[in-house]
Amino acid sequence: MGFPHHPHPRETTVLTKHFGEADARTLAGWKKRGGYKALEKALGMQPADIVNVVKESGLRGRGGAGFPTGMKWSFMKPGDGKPHYLCCNADESEPGTFKDRELMRWTPHALVEGCAIGAYAIGAETAYVYIRGEFTEPLHWMESAVKEAYAAGIIGKNAMGSGKRIDVHVHKGAGAYICGEETALMESLEGRRGNPRIKPPFPAVSGVFGMPTTINNVETLIAAAPILLNGAEWYKKMSLSSPKSTGTKLYSVCGNVQRPGTYEVVMGFPFKEFLYDLCGGPLHGRKFKAVIPGGASVPIQNMEEAEATLMDYEGFVAGGSMLGSGGVIVIDDAQPMVTVIARLARFFAHESCGQCTQCREGTAWTTKILERIRDGEGTVEDLDTLLDIGEQMTGKTICVLSDSCAVPVVSGIKKFRGEFEALIQGKRFHPVTAAVA
Amino acid sequence: MAEKKMVNLTIEGRPVSVVEGTTILEAAKTAGILIPHYCYHPGLPIAGVCRMCLVEVEKAPKLAPSCATTVAEGQVVRVYSDKSLDARKGVLEMLLINHPLDCPICDQSGECELQDYTYQEGREDSRYREPKRFNPAEDFGGDVIYVPNRCILCTRCVRFMDDVAHEPTLNVSERGDRALIGKFEGKDLTHPWAANVVDLCPVGALLSKDFLNKARAWELDRTASICPNCTQGCNVIMETRENQLVRMRPRPNENVNAFFMCDWGRLNYRWMNEKNRVEHPMVRGKNGLAASDWEAAISAAARALNGKKVFVAASPMLSNESLYLLTQLMQGGSGAFRVTEGEEAPLPGVEDLALRRERAANVYGAEKLGFNKTKDLLGGLGQGDVLVIAGEDLAGIDASSVARAGDVIVIGSVLPEAAGKASVVLPIANYSEEEGTVTNLRGRVQRFTQAKQAPGETRPSWLVLGDLLGAIGKQTNFFLPSEVFAQLASSNSSFAGLSYDSLGFKGLPLVDAPPTSPKAPIAVAAR
Amino acid sequence: MTPDLVGGVESPDYASHDRAAHEPYVAVFTGDVKRELDELLTRYPTKMAALLPALWIVQRERGWVSDEGMAEVAGFLDLTPAYVKGVVTFYTMYHQHPVGKYFIQVCTTSPCGICGAEDVVKAFLRHTNAGELGITSPDGKFTVIEVECLGACGFATPVMVNEEFIESVTPDKVPELLARLA
Repeated sequence: MGFPHHPHPRETTVLTKHFGEADARTLAGWKKRGGYKALEKALGMQPADIVNVVKESGLRGRGGAGFPTGMKWSFMKPGDGKPHYLCCNADESEPGTFKDRELMRWTPHALVEGCAIGAYAIGAETAYVYIRGEFTEPLHWMESAVKEAYAAGIIGKNAMGSGKRIDVHVHKGAGAYICGEETALMESLEGRRGNPRIKPPFPAVSGVFGMPTTINNVETLIAAAPILLNGAEWYKKMSLSSPKSTGTKLYSVCGNVQRPGTYEVVMGFPFKEFLYDLCGGPLHGRKFKAVIPGGASVPIQNMEEAEATLMDYEGFVAGGSMLGSGGVIVIDDAQPMVTVIARLARFFAHESCGQCTQCREGTAWTTKILERIRDGEGTVEDLDTLLDIGEQMTGKTICVLSDSCAVPVVSGIKKFRGEFEALIQGKRFHPVTAAVA
Repeated sequence: MAEKKMVNLTIEGRPVSVVEGTTILEAAKTAGILIPHYCYHPGLPIAGVCRMCLVEVEKAPKLAPSCATTVAEGQVVRVYSDKSLDARKGVLEMLLINHPLDCPICDQSGECELQDYTYQEGREDSRYREPKRFNPAEDFGGDVIYVPNRCILCTRCVRFMDDVAHEPTLNVSERGDRALIGKFEGKDLTHPWAANVVDLCPVGALLSKDFLNKARAWELDRTASICPNCTQGCNVIMETRENQLVRMRPRPNENVNAFFMCDWGRLNYRWMNEKNRVEHPMVRGKNGLAASDWEAAISAAARALNGKKVFVAASPMLSNESLYLLTQLMQGGSGAFRVTEGEEAPLPGVEDLALRRERAANVYGAEKLGFNKTKDLLGGLGQGDVLVIAGEDLAGIDASSVARAGDVIVIGSVLPEAAGKASVVLPIANYSEEEGTVTNLRGRVQRFTQAKQAPGETRPSWLVLGDLLGAIGKQTNFFLPSEVFAQLASSNSSFAGLSYDSLGFKGLPLVDAPPTSPKAPIAVAAR
Repeated sequence: MTPDLVGGVESPDYASHDRAAHEPYVAVFTGDVKRELDELLTRYPTKMAALLPALWIVQRERGWVSDEGMAEVAGFLDLTPAYVKGVVTFYTMYHQHPVGKYFIQVCTTSPCGICGAEDVVKAFLRHTNAGELGITSPDGKFTVIEVECLGACGFATPVMVNEEFIESVTPDKVPELLARLA
């Protein structure tokens, strides 16, 4: 779709098919478009069978971790006598990512359906949709869709007449990126500060309110419906490169590009064609310099890497980065890399919950050094210090926000060292490609 | 009780065998290794936030936080490998970047875990070139001051108030490097157990107002003792500077007070620095009471007691040893004591731990040894009895109540006004100046030791009483309080089999004490 | 093309809240609002879980979350005020002080940063006469701050005005936007 632009012929619009259609947001409109057929089918199946279909399909978590969804659902042991919970992670805050916002404000009923299917599959009677507080429109449409679904008996005490209870509650966040981390989300839902928890115990054993819980991203849950309707094989076939990456992925494209927006392509799509063809290439008179393909937490790619990448989990890793959330931030040669990276570091410093020493102090320290370099007051030692701090921030904390802050710094210094050194030497940035391969 | 499964692992090359579910950090202690840590405390739920306790576990991809990782069979743990040391060095550097160079003016200096670990494993220099974060100091109420600039956000204080005091008065406010400990306007740290947060704080962020700027940690003399201020018998460390008590802090005892003591007990040490002391033995002569020598005074007291009926008005602050010897002085008479009372204040997160209503150390011992607890201290004093006042200051009692005594012997640290007609005064050390045992409300006998020197010619109470008994023909000489205790143990079935050696510094229950279970909460995983 | 203003969600009228800081506190959870809280409590197995939603109600009704507001919520949910304060200070969207009638939040995180977000901020500061970030304009109407990623990166630069979410703001659109508000 390249929404809000017209769908590009090379897109495969499964989840984005109805973006922009105002009445798709109502129950009547959604039903006209085949809505809730998947849930109906699911409620006639055994939960274990639903889990198997999803496992077979190869669907992986679309929030950023890429964990196999079917396997995650299978961790919820049936018959343990405890209430199970499904949490939908709609806290989308990863810079560069806005696909869940689009999904919720254009196809809210798709998410209600996805939550209901997921809840039923994992033996949960209650699903919470945790939506970040800034998402005014998605909150409005999700509340509205839930209300309509309850009124129509699709969810509630007797979901679609199945005799099963499925409750869906919308829960509004209050401004914290860290609440997108699954254990911090659970803490926030419980009415606490959004501090990530140490694992073990894992959510499937002890999650919200101490009960077995599964947390899934918006896109993941919505994908479950077409998989159930069309079958695992159909989903598996949509794979152009690595067989471990199947189906379609929504990419949020932003930055210095002709057509920013939400795109849906099959796994394994060539990144070069994606950027230059589907997204329209660079702005007039400019050249692409760098891409961050999966949201701020994944390594920065230089153009040589990006143009050789195939867009799936394994392909991005081979291309020196990661698929992450699919938030594609395109940076052209007019942007000073140090400024971009310094601002990302400031983001992480602002969002750190403050529990772990390395993250609390390291994110802020990194930011201060980068801003000093950006402003022409850096020293040669600063680069080594930054890399050292990055090392200390990696693999040593409760959650990976700390690692995420180090990632753009380390990959930035590695692939664009020249720009850092130029500023340290007192030269001013000029908008030509200043990257050193 | 079910058999507990044991797990065998290796820590720094040393074989360790611990109960399943033990954390690596606790297991390392059994091997004689103390893994550096801040947020972990055995009396609090596990947080795992400071990241100081990271160790390398062979075959594991990441370093493990040893306070939050349970042992596994066959694990090989490296505490001092390059990776572990490097990670901990990194944590220390990070903790110090905003930490002010306050050591010269900070109370914690000398007993500061940030200093200690930095010396042990930290960097010599700092690479931080940016301005440091600043927040002004805050009065948290009660005895506590908070200095945010020094705070390392270990959250021990918050977890103590939440999970042990059950009164969430402290929080972590803000987020990221702006985070600091906070409270709500108007809701102060007045909980009766709140000052424990000062002990728990590893650095100089939480300070005691009472102790502020009074002494340097390395100037203090320390000794193990028992808090005398109620019948709980919390184990403490008494600290003195230039022979004055300046601080009391809790000592861990899983059978009595876990790791804590209440604010009332902690801050009530000044009475042991009392000034208006009797420092010399006194005997009544033609011109009233005059200073004398010990031999003469003991002889005078013995003459006064000879063949007479005795009533002993004792203090429940006296040791088991002294009270036992006093009963031998009674010669068919009787003894009584009174005790001040206050509100009970439990520490809900620890089983059977409270500031008790009865505010003295040895109420239970006194009752066990035959003294009557009464509100009317001299009610049992018979006409013509010899009144022995032992350790009591007779506050609130006037001379008229003493009038019917045939004679008065004062054995104490002060000379009570109402005892003005005393014929002999034998000056003794107070609780902080001698050694002995006391019995708490659950019948636990615990040793206390001498924290400071007694003034003048005063002598330990058990020594004076022993000599006095000798002078009335009842007793051989005692040279040590343990000897007195040994005689007590052999003559009183409740104390049978106990000795100073067996008591150690954790104490033991009396033979007929009701059974209690250990109460120190083994570090509970965060919910 | 997408319209600038999305969602059509109205912000509550915060003008009355300007007086809030100087008036004695009026309890929030009475009548219908109390019923709203009661309904909320049925959604969760613990009272504590209703904390964030309850704080949103306080902010909706009073324009900001004062100490008294925190204490009131604490009372209903069996929490201590200190605990509630710890939660309030963690999340950026709860105002702990009254703000201008229009609280303008401009995203400046890198994806918007490279699309000119800084210029949008400058335009707002200039046209509102607020002059500085976080300061309320002399007429009491506007407070402008920078915020982190608003999750609308493809529609740079997104701006929130109170609860209203506005996409694709550029410096030249700022005067018209402000005129519509005032």
